[in-house]
Amino acid sequence: MFEAAVKAYVDAGVNARKDIGSFLTAAEDYWEGYSIFDEFVPDQLGAVLRSVCTIGGDGLLAISNGAMQIETGLFDVVAVEAHSKASDMLTFDGILSHALDPVYNRAFNAHPYFIAGLEMQRYLHATKTTREQCASVVVKNKHNAMDNPLAAFPADMTVDEIINSTMVSHPLTQRDISPLADGCIVMVLASEKKAKELADHPIWLKGLGWYSDTPWLEARDWSAAGYTNLARDRAYKRAGIKNPRKEIDFAEVDDCFSYKELQHLEALQICESGKAGKLAEAGEFNCDGSFPVNVSGGRLGAGNLLEASALQSVLECVQQLRGHAGKRQIKNAKTAVAQSWRSVPTASGCVAVLSNEL
Amino acid sequence: MNIKKRVAVVGAGITLFRRRLKESGKELSFHAVNMALESAEMTRDDIDSVVMGTAPDAFDGIHMKSENLLDGAGATQKPYTHVYVGGGTGVFSPIGGWWHVASGMHDTCLVVCEEKMSPCFPHPQTAFRTIWDPITSRPLNPNLVWIFALEMHRYMKVHNIPKEHIAQVAVKNKGNALDHPSAQLGAKITVDDVLNSEIMVYPVNRLDISPPSDGAAALILASEDVARKYTDAPVWLDGVGWALDSAYWTNRDLYYPQYVEEAAKMAYKMAKINDPPKEVSFAEPYDPFTYKELHHLEGLQLAKKGEAPKLTVEGVTARDGDLPVCPSGGLLGVGNPIAAAGLMKCCEAFWQLRNEAGKRQVPKAETGVCQAWGDLMQVGTVCVFKRDS
Repeated sequence: MFEAAVKAYVDAGVNARKDIGSFLTAAEDYWEGYSIFDEFVPDQLGAVLRSVCTIGGDGLLAISNGAMQIETGLFDVVAVEAHSKASDMLTFDGILSHALDPVYNRAFNAHPYFIAGLEMQRYLHATKTTREQCASVVVKNKHNAMDNPLAAFPADMTVDEIINSTMVSHPLTQRDISPLADGCIVMVLASEKKAKELADHPIWLKGLGWYSDTPWLEARDWSAAGYTNLARDRAYKRAGIKNPRKEIDFAEVDDCFSYKELQHLEALQICESGKAGKLAEAGEFNCDGSFPVNVSGGRLGAGNLLEASALQSVLECVQQLRGHAGKRQIKNAKTAVAQSWRSVPTASGCVAVLSNEL
Repeated sequence: MNIKKRVAVVGAGITLFRRRLKESGKELSFHAVNMALESAEMTRDDIDSVVMGTAPDAFDGIHMKSENLLDGAGATQKPYTHVYVGGGTGVFSPIGGWWHVASGMHDTCLVVCEEKMSPCFPHPQTAFRTIWDPITSRPLNPNLVWIFALEMHRYMKVHNIPKEHIAQVAVKNKGNALDHPSAQLGAKITVDDVLNSEIMVYPVNRLDISPPSDGAAALILASEDVARKYTDAPVWLDGVGWALDSAYWTNRDLYYPQYVEEAAKMAYKMAKINDPPKEVSFAEPYDPFTYKELHHLEGLQLAKKGEAPKLTVEGVTARDGDLPVCPSGGLLGVGNPIAAAGLMKCCEAFWQLRNEAGKRQVPKAETGVCQAWGDLMQVGTVCVFKRDS
């Protein structure tokens, strides 16, 4: 946290002790192995005796709350932090099982990724998407990660290697699942006035939306990402986006499982429902395709950073929109969408529209 | 400082506070939300956003428990945020709700706090074993009551406070709770009862400590644009403040809660309160232990350092005194389902400022201050509520 915070503060040109009014961290106690992890947030962020809080959600939810804090007029500058120290977890599966409803779902005594297997099956059936098309997402994202120096799992793989890897919960294989990684991301948000003082080319949050669908596995529409539909409407409305495919240049979406990238792209109206698989297979979402998706490598290539994966998506958007993405830079990128999901068993997620033009 | 939208409280709800209620956390949340909605004559359709406050997931034994609780809190297919600052969460949740509304992003926000401590076996203290730094503190196998005993001892030593004066807080709050229909431990007791109760860790006796409880509370916030659509008597949330001190509690003097002072100053500045003891008509400081009420009154600038015990002994903080403190009965009397207990204090402020507190009503309630505290003795959260004028 300290390392990422120092990098962010230097990048923004702010002094944490003087300039930042409020600090938010996105964290969950069970991931951390503490009760009340909030205790251990202030020191390494330079936030002692200042306004600090934990948001029990993903990094993009923390950004949304930080943005609201600024909108009230109470603060000019806010810092948002999220991290993953997944390598400290000896029993990731057991922790995740504790997120299942204790009465109705925990008794199945199954690895919680069974939910993703069931959902993938339903999505493939409802949209006629194929396992090969899902695997092409993995190939793309792991390949993209080769150009991202921060990525944990870059690789050149083939569709066959993914489909023939160990079956976890049919039709979901080992390689359809994003592997866990450690990392921390800190971002500095500022009001419009303050941002213009601090930076020559700030990246603007044009629209934000966050929604939760039902927590009941039994009551969901398993074929589509309902939470993203709701969040998208709110974020696009705020950003004034009417034709997302034309007005947005690239996307960083949640790809915790391969099929999720496709489901989320459809929810974001980047393509028609049920068409994302075909477009992915045709290379339309590649770095040099008509609409680049997860150029960073996403969770599949860069690593599953738990609550911080949402910030990884935002970080990539910021770097691309600044023109600082190095070898993986997308040309003439002006507007991006970042989307998050808290993974199984939740139905909660956020959408953010970012732009380098106010 | 110009705040975009003034924020009103338009409804409040609360469940019974008990150990081992049969309802699940979802159901407790549902009951509190239902009462709050009915009190404001609102339905779930009127709610634009929901903020959940709930303390460690380890109590309920559910990872990401806010996700599990969300339908009970009325948040299905709504923007939903879980905010969290340990024990301070109860008074922090309305602050989270405040920025949802004050930012102009939502017209209404439903704030819900839930805690079910009883599933922890054999006692919720076992969950507190995992709050410590794993390298510097956990090997000592500390118990939460130990560090509070250290803090209490330091407070008594610096100001030369006799234990009898501190025990008076338990007498007052448990007495006040007799008039609270949700209360778990309302009782008529004496100072001697407190002093003669079992010593947990010197100088903390059993009756110095609030009980573990299950319960939920809810508060409905609305922006100034729509508040009068729902009520003729909105209560205004005009000041919010929160501050978090270092995790390394061994490095500071425990006699005074500086973090509460920082949070209080922030809230008073926003509420334009210059002379807190004169302008505040009643206070609901966090009282999980007797001495904490006194400690926090000083942090809130409502008593000079070391003088809060004297105010208590002189009856100033009694319900009919000049500065009623914990007229609800506080955590010591009403109970301590952690986050819900903090929000219970805000519900109390709402009822007091609308003259709806029945037998608990304090005279001339114009401005009320609620405060909670938590983490490793390091967080202060403060809300200032004002009567509509």
